[in-house]
Amino acid sequence: MANETAELHAPELHAPSANPNEVSYLEYQGKHKGILGWLLTTDHKRIALLYLMAVMTFFFVAMTLGILMRLEMLTPGETIMKPQTYNSVFTVHGVIMVFLFIIPGLPAIFGNFIMPIQIGAKDVAFPRLNLFSWYLYIAGGSLAILSLFTGGGAADTGWTFYVPYSIRSAQNVSMTTSAAFVLGFSSIVTGINFVVTIHRLRAPGMSWFRMPLFVWALYATSWIQVLATPVIGITLALIILERWIGIGVFDPALGGDPILYQHMFWIYSHPAVYIMILPAMGVVSEILPTFARKDIFGYKQIAISSLAIAIIGYLVWGHHMFVSGMSDTGRVVFSLLTFLVAIPTGVKVFNWVATLYKASIKFSAPLYFVLAFIFIFSVGGLTGLVLGTLATDVHLTDTYFVVAHFHYVMFGGMGTIFFASLHYWFPKVFGKMYSEKTAIIACTVFIVGFNMLYFPMFIMGYLGMPRRYFDYLPQYQGYHVFATVGSWVMVSGIVFMMGNLLYALLKGPKAPDNPWGGTTLEWRVPSPPPVENFDEIPIVTGGPYVHDRPTYIMKPSVELKHTNGDKTIKPTTEEAVH
Amino acid sequence: MNQENELAVEHHEVGHVHRDDEGSKLGMWLFLFTEILLFGGLFVLYSGYRFAYPEGFVAAAAEMNTFIGAINTLILLTSSLSVALAIAALQRSQKKLCTSLLWFTILCGFAFLINKYFEWSHEIGNGIYPKGPALDNMSSGEIIYFGLYFTMTGLHGLHVIVGMTFIGIILSFIYRDKITSTNYQKLENAGLYWHLVDLIWIFLFPLFYLIH
Repeated sequence: MANETAELHAPELHAPSANPNEVSYLEYQGKHKGILGWLLTTDHKRIALLYLMAVMTFFFVAMTLGILMRLEMLTPGETIMKPQTYNSVFTVHGVIMVFLFIIPGLPAIFGNFIMPIQIGAKDVAFPRLNLFSWYLYIAGGSLAILSLFTGGGAADTGWTFYVPYSIRSAQNVSMTTSAAFVLGFSSIVTGINFVVTIHRLRAPGMSWFRMPLFVWALYATSWIQVLATPVIGITLALIILERWIGIGVFDPALGGDPILYQHMFWIYSHPAVYIMILPAMGVVSEILPTFARKDIFGYKQIAISSLAIAIIGYLVWGHHMFVSGMSDTGRVVFSLLTFLVAIPTGVKVFNWVATLYKASIKFSAPLYFVLAFIFIFSVGGLTGLVLGTLATDVHLTDTYFVVAHFHYVMFGGMGTIFFASLHYWFPKVFGKMYSEKTAIIACTVFIVGFNMLYFPMFIMGYLGMPRRYFDYLPQYQGYHVFATVGSWVMVSGIVFMMGNLLYALLKGPKAPDNPWGGTTLEWRVPSPPPVENFDEIPIVTGGPYVHDRPTYIMKPSVELKHTNGDKTIKPTTEEAVH
Repeated sequence: MNQENELAVEHHEVGHVHRDDEGSKLGMWLFLFTEILLFGGLFVLYSGYRFAYPEGFVAAAAEMNTFIGAINTLILLTSSLSVALAIAALQRSQKKLCTSLLWFTILCGFAFLINKYFEWSHEIGNGIYPKGPALDNMSSGEIIYFGLYFTMTGLHGLHVIVGMTFIGIILSFIYRDKITSTNYQKLENAGLYWHLVDLIWIFLFPLFYLIH
């Protein structure tokens, strides 16, 4: 390591003409020009934008399906589609939203773009693998879309593919499950890439407890991706084999146990819930200190609580199966463990709120989203405890209460923060500024619509409206109409929001390098960032959210010369490596 | 720290490739974890059903040919040794020895698959396959035993093929001197993968052939 440190202090100076860092990653022309410059790129920033375009496309497809479902529920009986179509629509809505939007949304887009810059690296550890994972994503997404139009039509099992129905269904279940299988592989590849990147490529001085909290959250997420996804992979592969040749492991007619399928499914899919929400929590921990103009409250506690959530999250899958047949001991243990997840989550929420205490808050658009998130996510989290309690869960299982709960945590949690990240990093990613006033109005419309859409579902569920039903009794109609109107309000908010960003992309004024006064490394490079992110690998001398003094040496070869090698700002290189 | 060596970003036309052996090894180990968890799901199913149908599993295991299983175990263990020796040989700059040992490893993979082919065709010929005439008349325990047997050995067989391909690609790198005595992490990764293939078989063998 010693000679590497020496290298660091005397880096080779690039000849100006050969320096690719003179242009931004958007303008740069490498070996491949034009569209191939994107499709064959290994630049983590360009791959992030490829993901952004693909993810947004799938999000709008699934959102349209959601709108159609709400429209169907406007009146009892058939409104716009047949029951069989309705079953396929809610399945594909779930599969696309879960596997193509919520899981890859934050890590693959903002993790890819921002994380390497935040740790002071020029790229991820395996750039080609990174591109490969995008192609896997596209392959999986295409399979999901293809399953809509081929065979007997898309799967009608719900995104959980519960046996024995998924074995018997005449619909195109095999293709939909293989889509999820391929997407899982893409997720694993990204996870491996991020763990290695965070271990190996942190800039000198960037010790574990100097990492931005977004990086911590991605680190915890990546471990879950690596350790949980293979289990769903094999489980879905078994469904395909079961349908194809009938191996009997899940088919009760041959002696298999359908409950075992549910266990195998949720062993992955519950930790996957934390794949969805942990990166969002990381983004919140980035945005709050920036707009509070002070250091985050309880940095270490937030960092460790990400890991705690990841670990406890492995042990709670049984709470999805309280009514499917499990011993009382099992149910009590799973219920208790479920409550334990609330502790690290509470640690985060209280620390976020404490960060705002006595801060000089700047109310910018991203902060609006974050405040909305804290409210919505708390509603979702607290209703989760209602479902984690055995007695109430028996009453509420498979009702709209569950639907409302997971839309509050998934869409209200991850979705809102996805929009927050778009607004927070938009000036950095595209180098353009959007109208904050419009963004705040759009955010308000979105939040109002969101609560109109999902809050009545809590009441309906409590009153006994079952989920996944095509039809309902007349007494629920008032709530359904209100929710459907809410869906229109919410979608107008989203369209308005995206329109504002698209307009900014085309016509917006140039964004400064650091429009928000952020303190992490991505705000120290130009907007949009140059191809290699940094001219020189910076040296880190302090924590990520210090507002009153610089904690990075951006050009060590120049700055360290001026200070004549002052010992006090030398990095602890040993820490940086391990 | 190795960013100083430049990352492999696209514009470095002059083969200036970022190299981080530790990172590469770490990535490989993480990938092996995912493989173990992939098979782990199947092992969980095996133990669950063995507990549920002890008699059926014992009856089904009696049908297995322990001799072929033992020969295959021997073949894979030998191939694991040869791939480990190949790494040692390359570290000592003995390129010729290294490539012969790798070819021997691939040969062992073929031998394993050929044995497996005869074993499977014997069972299938007897009507023992999912939905097959013989298996249909058996008990639930036996049906699931053979369902798991074909799934697990089939998936393992796929991994043998992937491993052989992996080693084949590595061989072509060695012939073109892209992998040398000072730059052999890729070979080591292929070796790690092959050991995993071997290791999984070490668990499959007793579970399907030896426990009665």
